[in-house]
Amino acid sequence: MPQVARSPKVYDVCVIGSGAGGGTAAKVLTEGGLNVVLLEAGPPVNPETDYKEHLWPYDLPHRGVGIGGEFRHKLGDEFMAPNGAWEIDGEPYTAASGSSFRWFRSRIVGGRTNHWGRIALRFAPVDFRARSTDGVGDDWPITYDDLTPYYDKVESYIGVFGTKENIPSAPDGIFQPPPPMRCTESIVKKSCDKLNILCVPSRMAILTKAMNGRPACHYCAQCGRGCITASNFSSSQVMIPPAQATGRLTLITGAMAREIIVGKDGKAQAVSYIDKTTRSEQQVRARAFVVAASACESARLLLNSRSSMFPDGLGNSSGVIGRYLTDSVGSSGYGYFPQLEKMPPHNHDGVGGMHMYMPWWKFDRKNDFLRGYHIEFGGGREMPHVGEFDAVCERAEGYGLALKQQCRTKYGTFIGFAGRGEMIPNENSYCDIDPDVVDQWGIPVLRFHWQWGENELAMAKDMQETFRTIVETAGGTYYNRGRRGSMRNNGISEGGEIIHELGVVRMGNSPKTSALNKYCQARDVKNLFVADAASFVTNPDKNPTLTILALSWRTSDYLLDQAKKGNL
Amino acid sequence: MPRSISRRDILKSLAMGAAATSVLRVIPLRAAEYAHEMVAAEKAADPTGSYKPKYFPEAQYKTLRVLCETIIPADSESGGALEAGAPEFIDLLTSENANYQLRLGGGIMWLDATCTDRYGKTFVDCAPEQQKEILTLIAYSKNADKDPTLSQGVEFFSFLRNLTADGFFTSEIGIKYLGYEGNKYLKSFPGCPPVPGV
Repeated sequence: MPQVARSPKVYDVCVIGSGAGGGTAAKVLTEGGLNVVLLEAGPPVNPETDYKEHLWPYDLPHRGVGIGGEFRHKLGDEFMAPNGAWEIDGEPYTAASGSSFRWFRSRIVGGRTNHWGRIALRFAPVDFRARSTDGVGDDWPITYDDLTPYYDKVESYIGVFGTKENIPSAPDGIFQPPPPMRCTESIVKKSCDKLNILCVPSRMAILTKAMNGRPACHYCAQCGRGCITASNFSSSQVMIPPAQATGRLTLITGAMAREIIVGKDGKAQAVSYIDKTTRSEQQVRARAFVVAASACESARLLLNSRSSMFPDGLGNSSGVIGRYLTDSVGSSGYGYFPQLEKMPPHNHDGVGGMHMYMPWWKFDRKNDFLRGYHIEFGGGREMPHVGEFDAVCERAEGYGLALKQQCRTKYGTFIGFAGRGEMIPNENSYCDIDPDVVDQWGIPVLRFHWQWGENELAMAKDMQETFRTIVETAGGTYYNRGRRGSMRNNGISEGGEIIHELGVVRMGNSPKTSALNKYCQARDVKNLFVADAASFVTNPDKNPTLTILALSWRTSDYLLDQAKKGNL
Repeated sequence: MPRSISRRDILKSLAMGAAATSVLRVIPLRAAEYAHEMVAAEKAADPTGSYKPKYFPEAQYKTLRVLCETIIPADSESGGALEAGAPEFIDLLTSENANYQLRLGGGIMWLDATCTDRYGKTFVDCAPEQQKEILTLIAYSKNADKDPTLSQGVEFFSFLRNLTADGFFTSEIGIKYLGYEGNKYLKSFPGCPPVPGV
């Protein structure tokens, strides 16, 4: 038996993970008077030194693409905030034979909120009532009305811009004013108007007015690099600091949770974690536990927490943990818009992301598939980056002054389109523990099984047709852009690629088909809660973060209430 | 940042940072700025501005420079790929990337061998009209369709053209040439300026 360092202290709550779910739990619970220990597998983030806002490409010898150009045409570059990766040294995951899956993980304080696109969309009432609506999948154990007060609280606290539109598929929230349209967006909007496709101001967690000591956005379009002024939302800059200010938060970084230990009474009593710095095993004890390690990481932790009482993993008497894995359906393409050649040089930056988007607009008719998708788009006169002129060079060919001028003429005339649609859970898409592989900390790793269903394939086809129609209606030329150059299955994304993977520890009303009750409390273990997107019953086209925040706030309120009543 | 840290330390930390597969270990902002300042200071201290290539032998590097400036030349509005530092950028990336070494190092050797076959001289020693002739052949993919012996040259030139565009349009002069006006602190975002027909 190796030496395990056990802290004598017993915290009120141990929160595992400091992203959207964990950061919110830490804030709400500490402000509610509880002593919280927060475990984060990565290092702290330090905006002063980690953020590369406002640097130019030529400020770095590799112009942003890293050693040997490794980031050329890849997600992320040297300018991005230290916010995660598809592969982490020493921490693998596997895919079952015949499956492919990509898993983006952020080991850092704030988790993937340091990375996300700040797209903050409420789920719609219908999204909570899938089976009741179309007979497929399951309803949530809660309704839109149950979550509305928490959407309100979250938006009022983090700041989201948008406009009231009364669209059934995209409920309005509490909004700051949106920024005005960019040229690219006004062109696409006109095209959408002709086609009766809704195109409205986007809803983004970026301040257009100062709020809670955070100044308004300064419109440099560099949210992905991290924001020195904290004008966009991240857990690390907006949720963790108030929790720390209470004096009741103990943040332990470099702490990789391995197992939740259960006492004789069947309650969780400690977390065993690896202190990455010393490679030693530690334990921290608490009266309640909130797992928010990111959906699949939370499933992994619970599946790895096996005991004689819980031989199939903690809280897994239903056997559903790891099941119902979904990601958003993605497909993308881009258009060339000749009218943009006439645009004089002007500052086109805006916020770090879209000012306009297309919410699901075909909710009132019969389609070739169930559920829906929304469209994100962007482009134009952005900061030039390595790889930007490949397409122009490859089409124009030649060399010399003509090429140089052609690049300038075409600069800023392209707009990319990306669909984000709802996947319906299927029995071939899930994750489990790989029986043969452990990570460098000795923790068994996840193995992914993945298959898109017919509904998703039909949705990707519709996306491609829609993008083409929008571009051509605006007088542009459409180019599709498949995954790794392939337009197989209408360029549908790889599983996990959209980074909306969720649903693997789901909530529900039935103990047979869900692991959590309607408060995201483990049915088998009363003092165990899940506060990330693992609990989601469906994966609507809306990006999950806002709902993670709202649901975590609700779960934390419930936990506070239970703690006050002495029920934990 | 204290000046006691050597340039070697900084570059080593930069290399370690970006070489890791995880983006978590990125280049610290100040280290990057510091390294940049030092490189600039070194260039300023050397009046010839000569750059010691990290991968390409001197003769090949000379060829690379000629090719870069031919692809994106200076004109009355701006400098070209040389002033933009494209050859240095390409050499740096190539020194760290085996695939680039094959495609660019091998490509330049292909070009010299082809010029020697055709004109009896390596590319840089060819007469301007000979240089123009061979470049025009490999600058268009349709020429390789007609003459398959040109296909490797076309592939090489296409890749070098992309990287030269990278080097030029991400430089200070290239960004100015394009007319990118962002990366500023704005109090409010003005939206789209009025343009007839847009």
